[in-house]
Amino acid sequence: MKTIIFKTASAYLLPLLLLFSVFILLRGHYLPGGGFVGGLMAAIAFVIHSFANGIDKTKNIIKFHPGFLMPVGLLLALTAGSLPLAFGDTFMTGLWMKQSVPVIGSVGTALFFDTGVYLVVIGVTLTIIFTISEGL
Amino acid sequence: MLIAVISGFVFALVIPLIMGRLKSKSTLWAALLPLSIFVFFLSILPEIQDNGHVRISYQWVPSIGVNLDFYLDGLSMLFVLLISGIGTLVFIYTSAYLKGHHFLDRFYAYLSMFMASMLGLVLSDNIYTLFIFWELTSISSFFLIGFNNDSEASRKSALTALAITGIGGLFLLAAMVGLGHVTQLNQISAMSSLSEVIQGNNLYGWILLFLFLAAFTKSAQFPFHFWLPGAMKAPTPVSTYLHSATMVKAGIYLLARFTPVLGNHEWWNGPLIIVGAITMVYAAIHALFRLDLKGILAYSTISALGILVFLIGLGTSAALLAAAVFILVHALYKATLFLVTGIIDHETGTRDVSQLGGLNKVMLPVGIAALLAAISNAGIPPSFGFVGKDLIYAATLGMGDLAWPLTILAIITNVALLFAGFLAGIKPFLGKLPERFQHLHLPGPAMYAPPLILGILCILFGLAPFLLESSLIQPVVAGLTGTEPDFHLQLWHGFNLILLLSVITIGSGTALYFILKPSENLLSKVTAFEGISPESIVRLISSGFATFSSGWTRFFQNGYLRYYLITILSFISLMLAYRLFTGITLYVDTSTMTAVTFYEAVVLIIMAVAILFTVFSKSRLVAVASMGVVGYSFCLIFLFYSAPDLAMTQFSIDTLTVILFVLVLYNLPKYLKLSDTRDRVRDGLLSLAFGTLISILTLEVMNETVSKETSQYYAENAYILGKGKNVVNVILVDFRGFDTMVEITVLAIAAIGVFGLLKLHLRSTEKE
Repeated sequence: MKTIIFKTASAYLLPLLLLFSVFILLRGHYLPGGGFVGGLMAAIAFVIHSFANGIDKTKNIIKFHPGFLMPVGLLLALTAGSLPLAFGDTFMTGLWMKQSVPVIGSVGTALFFDTGVYLVVIGVTLTIIFTISEGL
Repeated sequence: MLIAVISGFVFALVIPLIMGRLKSKSTLWAALLPLSIFVFFLSILPEIQDNGHVRISYQWVPSIGVNLDFYLDGLSMLFVLLISGIGTLVFIYTSAYLKGHHFLDRFYAYLSMFMASMLGLVLSDNIYTLFIFWELTSISSFFLIGFNNDSEASRKSALTALAITGIGGLFLLAAMVGLGHVTQLNQISAMSSLSEVIQGNNLYGWILLFLFLAAFTKSAQFPFHFWLPGAMKAPTPVSTYLHSATMVKAGIYLLARFTPVLGNHEWWNGPLIIVGAITMVYAAIHALFRLDLKGILAYSTISALGILVFLIGLGTSAALLAAAVFILVHALYKATLFLVTGIIDHETGTRDVSQLGGLNKVMLPVGIAALLAAISNAGIPPSFGFVGKDLIYAATLGMGDLAWPLTILAIITNVALLFAGFLAGIKPFLGKLPERFQHLHLPGPAMYAPPLILGILCILFGLAPFLLESSLIQPVVAGLTGTEPDFHLQLWHGFNLILLLSVITIGSGTALYFILKPSENLLSKVTAFEGISPESIVRLISSGFATFSSGWTRFFQNGYLRYYLITILSFISLMLAYRLFTGITLYVDTSTMTAVTFYEAVVLIIMAVAILFTVFSKSRLVAVASMGVVGYSFCLIFLFYSAPDLAMTQFSIDTLTVILFVLVLYNLPKYLKLSDTRDRVRDGLLSLAFGTLISILTLEVMNETVSKETSQYYAENAYILGKGKNVVNVILVDFRGFDTMVEITVLAIAAIGVFGLLKLHLRSTEKE
């Protein structure tokens, strides 16, 4: 499927879709969206790119093995979950900043947790897809 | 006291890290740990003497009653001193025995882990921590037996020992749970006052059965004894420490510990006397025919353990006194003999008694240690063994009608044990030194000092039994019988029946030693019976079980996805069908349903067509694409019913699924017809049945009045507690955040699994 049109389009689609996936991630707390869907979309963005340009090119863009995102995301989610322990609350209690950040809105541990989910989902999806398309 | 137990585990963790760093050749310093524990407990001894016990409790998991309750009474003290005292000597001995061994650090780690578990076991007052420490001793003994892990026999013995003692551990858990259930208590020391309640309970028999199985497996009682001779594959320090002095006595400890709680009942005494008697006579006779020094010692240890079980079974205060003394007697002389055997093996390279002789000429101090131990083993005055043997005869003679049969059994055992002791302790050192051993020399003091110290103690305690009487033995017996002890340990009782029996024992044993010469010929006579020994029977059962389970696994885990699916689907269908057709009236309430809109109808038609395409298409890609269409149609339906979150997720998932399918299918050969019509009809019928049942189930769910409490709570509190307006997401990241955490972990594991399966496959050269 390495047509010129698809190739050219994918070069623009990748950043746009990634941006969109972050948007989906951030809006998740108020409107439909969230880390899981956002992660899937980001993964799809990379898959589209790899369809158009070949997996090696996509891998060059990512620079590291996507599987690396899994432990990072898990760690982030775990840290966000256990942060309340430091303040004497139970595990997974939501902590929120007093003032909201422009553009993003109010920031709390839930957002970091969701970001962790986002990263894990990207890592898992890309690892599976890349492994299968290379392994066979 | 907690520190004393924990320090062993910490030491085990730390030692592999530091031992390599330290350039020091000697590892003698490792013995400081058991030595300091020994001194610490020795310092508590006067308190035990005065108060009877010390109790310390730490909260661990109080919600389920698992606490670190340490209870130190006379019995525990006896074991604690044995464990740490002999531990010290074994640590010293090891520093020379395994000098320069590549994995010496690991060995010390296992050894101190074992010591800590054993200390925990004898100090535990909580039934659950008792079980935990019991299992830890089994596990650390597994590592120690299998220490020479490049030898197959060694690995096999380690597994056998683990299997037997591990099963015993499960029985112990069952017994403990039973006890906890009956008494509603977790503390053993508190149970003795409830002894009559327990014995009147229906579960009493079961508790006894499980407890006995646990003790018999651990203490190598007939018919579970065979793991112990196998365990002799371990390096000699291990055999000394675990398989003669401490671990195998854990079963004895267990029985003694529960004597005040469960004992004094015919169900308690009968089985113990019978099993103990069989074990002691059976193993003692076996010991007569062995050639391997360690084999001789192993069987004589089993026999001694039999004597202990037998004595606890007798249950009179005289018998318990004899048991308490004999535990110490046996630990002292058997540890000495094992250490001596280790030296012989280490220096000469053989353990075959028929080839050894005259070693006194080259290693006199070792010979002296062995002689002292053999004297104590034989019960010749003035050794401690003599005191112990007298007490055994006093106990059996005090049994009324059964006195004579029991005494005769004890005499037979003692004669054979004496023979075994002479064979191991005297024979290798007397006579002519073979030519090839001329060049041998005495090993370093780190090796011969430990057995010599133990050997001297064997005699010292015999000459001066008052050293132990009020300090150690009286608290033990007081704890076991619950009464104030009135006895005096002494060497000389004057001329009486017991002395006569002792003389008979010593005389006939010595005569046996001169008549019966160990040889291959004798050994082959016993090995002829191997086919019907408990060991072979257990092996037969275990290999049969392995065959059965591999057949079973092969049947279900056949590697074909289609058969897995068939199994799962037909099972669910059967369960559903059974549930739905017994007592559910199918009823669809059309009045509450909204009319089907135009868009919905269109989407449904698209779905139906796509499904038909999937089933009947000739090309895989078409089938996959049609599946994608079905999935997208679902997304639309979700959208119609205002579930945008679900629709979005489903949409992404479907996209990725199709991509994955295409990736896989792209590499497969062109569409082939691999299944015949019969298979297809079968699969079709199964699918129809399953689909129908799910439809019925869905309709049925609609009739149920749904409790809205949960969803209402979430909807109301999403913004108040979770500060989010999207309820679904708030549930995911906040209310049920822990679930999400676990789910993403599972996802990551799945990805690693896929990666491992596909990437780490063997290269074609590595297959086979």
